[in-house]
Amino acid sequence: MTFSGWFTIFAFAAILTLLALALGRYMARVYTGERVFLTPLVAGPERWLYRIMRVDPERGQDWKSYAKSLLIFSLAGWLLLYLILRSQTLWNFTGLNPMGFHSGTWNVTFNTVSSFLTNTNWQYYGGETTMSYFSQMAGLTVQNFLSAGVGIVVAIALVRGIVGRSGKSLGNFWQDIVRTILYVMLPISIVGAVVLISQGAIQNFAHYLTAQGLTGLKQTIAMGPVASQEAIKMLGTNGGGFFNVNSAHPFENPNGFTNFFEMLLVLVIPAALVFAYGRMAGNRRQGYAIYGVMMFMFLGAVIVAYVAEAHGSPAQHAAGLNTHVVSGSGGGNMEGKEQRFGIAGSALFDVVTTVTSCGAVNSAIESFTGIGGAVPFANLSASEVIFGGVGTGLYSILLYVLLAVFIGGLMVGRTPEWLGKKLEAREIKLAGLGILITPLAALFCTAMATADGAGRKSISEVAGKGPQGFSETFYAYLSQANNNGSAFAGYTGYVQPNAGNLGAHGVTFADILGGFDMLFARYAPILFALAVAGALAGKRVTPAGLGTMRTDNTTFSVLLIGVIVLVGALTFFPALLLGPIVQGLTSHLY
Amino acid sequence: MKRDIVTSVIAMLVLTLLLGIVYPLFITGVGQVAFPGNANGQQVKVKGKLVGSKIIGQTFAEPVIGKNGKPEEKEEEVLTKPDMRYFQSRPSATEGGEYNAAASTFSNRGPNSKLTEEDDAANLKAYIELNRPYDAGLTASQVPVDAVNTSGSNLDPEISEANARIQAHRIAAVRSLSLQTVDSLIGRYTSGRGLGFSGEPGVNVLELNLALDRMTGASH
Repeated sequence: MTFSGWFTIFAFAAILTLLALALGRYMARVYTGERVFLTPLVAGPERWLYRIMRVDPERGQDWKSYAKSLLIFSLAGWLLLYLILRSQTLWNFTGLNPMGFHSGTWNVTFNTVSSFLTNTNWQYYGGETTMSYFSQMAGLTVQNFLSAGVGIVVAIALVRGIVGRSGKSLGNFWQDIVRTILYVMLPISIVGAVVLISQGAIQNFAHYLTAQGLTGLKQTIAMGPVASQEAIKMLGTNGGGFFNVNSAHPFENPNGFTNFFEMLLVLVIPAALVFAYGRMAGNRRQGYAIYGVMMFMFLGAVIVAYVAEAHGSPAQHAAGLNTHVVSGSGGGNMEGKEQRFGIAGSALFDVVTTVTSCGAVNSAIESFTGIGGAVPFANLSASEVIFGGVGTGLYSILLYVLLAVFIGGLMVGRTPEWLGKKLEAREIKLAGLGILITPLAALFCTAMATADGAGRKSISEVAGKGPQGFSETFYAYLSQANNNGSAFAGYTGYVQPNAGNLGAHGVTFADILGGFDMLFARYAPILFALAVAGALAGKRVTPAGLGTMRTDNTTFSVLLIGVIVLVGALTFFPALLLGPIVQGLTSHLY
Repeated sequence: MKRDIVTSVIAMLVLTLLLGIVYPLFITGVGQVAFPGNANGQQVKVKGKLVGSKIIGQTFAEPVIGKNGKPEEKEEEVLTKPDMRYFQSRPSATEGGEYNAAASTFSNRGPNSKLTEEDDAANLKAYIELNRPYDAGLTASQVPVDAVNTSGSNLDPEISEANARIQAHRIAAVRSLSLQTVDSLIGRYTSGRGLGFSGEPGVNVLELNLALDRMTGASH
């Protein structure tokens, strides 16, 4: 461990908080229809979009109507993306398939499409060996924006339901999604992409380069429009890399500065939304209380991961490697990590992308130490509420808040109230289901894949011996259920084509099970969240009395942490014991 | 219902045009005008010929020439051995030969895996055999981890300073340079941390080797 490593971690937390406060204020204004500095530039295109989409942005929708628009919009996106990816060679006339890649098979495409629609970006394909530039741009980049937008609007709708005083309306889905794109995601992505190019990320449509190295050996170097996808991949907590090795690739993440910048892009919207919630609730302390919970759990995870990785792995020690810091080398478990990021930059990035639903990686999670690898497991087990994905993080933690208020109410023996609204059986049931559905999907799929021979075929022959094989499987379905998308990448769902540009060939069992895992664990919680919003929207607000439990102070924050940890631990502890915890406790090699 | 379907179809087409075509084209335009070198991958050319990208690692190995005068192959991959005149990059486990930048891949070596230990031990041994003849005091505990472990991308363009300083002994001897000259070159091609604190310093291997060739002339 080094001073610069610790400094990076705490400087990151401080800068993130400042940026999120500013963006939170901005986003609250955008969603309440107030004027912002971009209004003069964007209001025109915004009105034009409503006109050609034939929507009346002022028409309020109740939760069912809002959900219906959301689902049909998502279905249209699913079908279009499937069509684009399956007809990859039809678009060769655009010149955007210089390497002549064929389309993927139906099963791997099913997985990929479900993955990008649900903001998961689990990848059973290698970007630079199977995807044309056209598919990456017109297909995947678009869903990077839209899946993130869908997450955000659900959170905004839930907040409106919680704080709303004007009947059943949760706002207008079309207005929310258009505003999210035009006012928030597109402007930040444009700035982000240009910053990334200025640091060395590439952006071109060229044929792959053929170089002849200094010793005469040939090297083919993949090219592409990387920066434009990289920016929204991080900002939208998507995480689907342009290249197979994601943000470890120097063209996606060229140096220590871009690594820091990309991490800020990942967390800034999830963090800002918490502050936006406080503002929209008319009491900023509501946001601060939740932010405190998130930051506390986030820093805890980072510290554990950094310490674990700095100590090196049993395999390294058995091989006689010195993993201490020495002059000119940071030491630690550098297996699967890039020199320019080092241990701290890799551990922090890993936590940033697994507490959110980002799932981008700048180092191989498979090669993390047992305890270092248990950290992303724990983050996923907390159901992505420590900041969480854009929007999904806020709506998920608000369901936990509801549960915590209920439990608090039981303890003091009063009808639970939240922001002046009485919580009744219907909301609690819906929130409980919304919270439990993701773990259910993850554990069910893990059990299926472990029990079935076809499922076990995906386990890596190289790394997946002993408990690591179970860790790989469990992580795969946990990551897909939480719409995260990071992986113990030895777990395969496709066969890497090294010759013939044949397109990705999927392993059917893993593709299909994973695809349903993602779709179910995405849309079911969204529906429950919107239903909770609908149930709360119409309730009358009563002024807070002396006995009302406050939800904006430290006591409540501690209670909330307790509820999150309790739910996560009760659900996942037995499974975690079988994989990462066993590995962390032993120095035995398998 | 019907209204939602019509709106969804129109929205999807318009947004695909905006976010999938206009946005990437705009960024490409800006990138190609403002940062053409970066946007095209920081290509490094020597006498007009492309030798690689500044930020993509490459192997500095030479083919093993068999008795028949042709490069030897094993399992359809050309067998190579380190070229003693050059600083060596980190080990790489891409398929189809080291540093295959057309198909990046993780090596996915588990922390509790016997295979990882075997790979680490083999890489450590090879590193010591390569450098000890020129650096008599070199022990296993002095070898930095990056010289033995594969990187995330397996395309890492950098090595640690400690790694470069050990190899400097070999380079100086093979190229008949003083150790100070090689060490000062290492200093020149070492990048600092981002913003002064983010990440680790690293030595760009391709740039360093090119500088050596400029100084003493490439012999091929």
